[in-house]
Amino acid sequence: MFLRILISSLFIVNALSSEAQKNHIPSVEVQNLDGTTFNTGEIENDGKPIIINFWATWCSPCKRELNNIAEMYEDWVDETGVKLVAISIDDARNMGKVAPYVNGKAWEYEVYIDPNGDFKRALGVNNVPHTFLVNGNGEIVWQHNSYSEGDEYELFELVQKLIAGEDI
Amino acid sequence: MTKKIRLAGCLIAFSLFSFNSFAQNFEEIMNRGEIRGNFQIDMQYYQEDSTIGAEDVPEKIRSNSFLNLIYTNGNFSTGVRYESYLTPLLGFPEGYEGNGIAYRYASFTKDKLSVTVGNFYEQFGNGLILRTYEERGLGYDNALDGIRIKYKPFKGVTLTGLTGKQRLFFDFGEGIVRGFDAEIYLNDVYGKLAESKTKILIGGSAVSKYQADQDSRFVLPENVAAMSGRINLTRGKINVNSEYAYKYNDPSADNGFIYKSGSAFFLQTSYSQKGLGIVLAAKRNDNFSFRSDRTEGLQNLLINYLPALTKQHTYNLLATLYPYATQLNGEVAFQGDLIYKFKKGTKLGGETGMDIQLNYSTANNLDTTSLNDELGARKGYKSELFGIGEVYFKDFNVQINKKFSKKVKGRFTYANIVYNGDVIEKPGEGMVYANIGVADVTYKFNIRNALRTEAQILVTEQDEGDWATLLFEYTYSPHWFFALLDQYNYGNSETDARVHYYNASFGYIDGGNRISLSYGRQRAGIFCVGGVCRVVPASNGLFLSVTSSF
Repeated sequence: MFLRILISSLFIVNALSSEAQKNHIPSVEVQNLDGTTFNTGEIENDGKPIIINFWATWCSPCKRELNNIAEMYEDWVDETGVKLVAISIDDARNMGKVAPYVNGKAWEYEVYIDPNGDFKRALGVNNVPHTFLVNGNGEIVWQHNSYSEGDEYELFELVQKLIAGEDI
Repeated sequence: MTKKIRLAGCLIAFSLFSFNSFAQNFEEIMNRGEIRGNFQIDMQYYQEDSTIGAEDVPEKIRSNSFLNLIYTNGNFSTGVRYESYLTPLLGFPEGYEGNGIAYRYASFTKDKLSVTVGNFYEQFGNGLILRTYEERGLGYDNALDGIRIKYKPFKGVTLTGLTGKQRLFFDFGEGIVRGFDAEIYLNDVYGKLAESKTKILIGGSAVSKYQADQDSRFVLPENVAAMSGRINLTRGKINVNSEYAYKYNDPSADNGFIYKSGSAFFLQTSYSQKGLGIVLAAKRNDNFSFRSDRTEGLQNLLINYLPALTKQHTYNLLATLYPYATQLNGEVAFQGDLIYKFKKGTKLGGETGMDIQLNYSTANNLDTTSLNDELGARKGYKSELFGIGEVYFKDFNVQINKKFSKKVKGRFTYANIVYNGDVIEKPGEGMVYANIGVADVTYKFNIRNALRTEAQILVTEQDEGDWATLLFEYTYSPHWFFALLDQYNYGNSETDARVHYYNASFGYIDGGNRISLSYGRQRAGIFCVGGVCRVVPASNGLFLSVTSSF
């Protein structure tokens, strides 16, 4: 009996002290481009990796990053099945420009708008651009703040690692 | 006896069993919990610099910082933010001085209902009558502290009700804000529309504020209500988003304590297809400042948000010398924006493609006639619905993005700006007419190394005259950046004021962490994010910034 108590209490302590599990995508309401509501808990990609990128129409490095990725995106998708979800933090001042910009630039990303910063806050984003990489189990395995020319290569290497089943 | 022992044994076994299953449940629940957050510290060491008018700062070092911590577990979430301003950086509202927990909340969702208590940010529609939000970098935070309930009785319908007081630095405004919003997605609600290509979203909201009347001069309305209706229509490539709001008379320091009602109208339409995007927008707001304390000014205790319909520029001469923010007392504004992508292989597109973005915006005063009734009804003025008054701001700009080769790409901007200094942030300046050109060229040495150069020039006869900026930014992906910047007021009519504002910075980025250090002069300017601007005085010194997301 005592053994059982001991085992179960050890089990609890172990469970509580073991390394924290990785975070998932929080459930927050954002908007589709037509203004309707979308819950970020529903972001998924059939068990393949997902890139979540926070940007804004007024943010130059954000647009550089997404335009640079756009040139290679087709190859990325073909090779790994990765999906990029672009979250615009534009508010009422600029949110009407999001769809025309996205289409004007012929981006193939899944795009949502977070006009009051709810999703941004839920993920602890300070500034844009900010990128998260989510593995096939929906766990956030990597993040990166800001953008420098060439960062997309590191990002894609990480996506390839995920596909190969390697740890990041 | 043996029976008793047996019973006791059973009880113990049972309780251990249930303890064990409780423990397993507990463990399961705890394992679902997730903690995340972010941190930022901005710290500046100030040096006196009489050349640029940077005054001595007695503390020498000032800093702004905060830490957000959010815990979520299934449908439950709670969070706090600790903020510290010792003392606030120059240009930030002095009211922030101090330390403390400025934000804490708990929320849960149970089926169709979700409840938040404590601090929260909320926006009804486009924010014309209610928007609480934060721009930490500008010291803007008008969060409500109170209770918010969201209820989704059935698919396509969201009802929101809230009540609370607004944040004012480390305190609350004295007014109480109550609000209700209903949003209906007709395609979900009406079976007939389910398959329709036209998507229709409608919404309506009402917000009222209460503030006791302690004014000795006037009898003031203690309750002031505002309401709005909106529609968002999408059909294929076309989108129309419009909202109209009305506010009962709301005498305040902003409008000179007149008893006139207010109105606001917002319309944004767009058309887009692959390679082409067009936006046309219009806005009119008349006597529409809405604060939870009628005596406040600046950015304090605003309940609503009136977006500026002008392009939000990023190049520093364009963004910080003559930026525009909505005039709350009244303006009419229009904007048109076009983006077009020339395909690869076409004459203009060349081998690598090219795109062009055109933007034009105007903001004018309303066409008003004063009623001269200060001693009577105090309605203040009459405005013509379709009338247009004095120019506040105009901006015509063109931007071209062109990739020359795999190694070189450029972005070229031209802007022509008309800025009414008397009305906006530079009283006594009159009209400023400025032409601005920017060449932004990136050279990629290889995958990891790149050099970006920005050359900017601003030419004007007014204000401080001509400016030039040169920036070199060298990045070593994914961790390092180095930048050198010089802004030179070479055309200032006072030769003594022809000053160089040099600045050197470098930074290190590792995942969600970013550390940067810079040294140099900071020009006095107007920094805006969203619709909020603040005037920052000139300074000189060492600036450290650390941000982290976890």
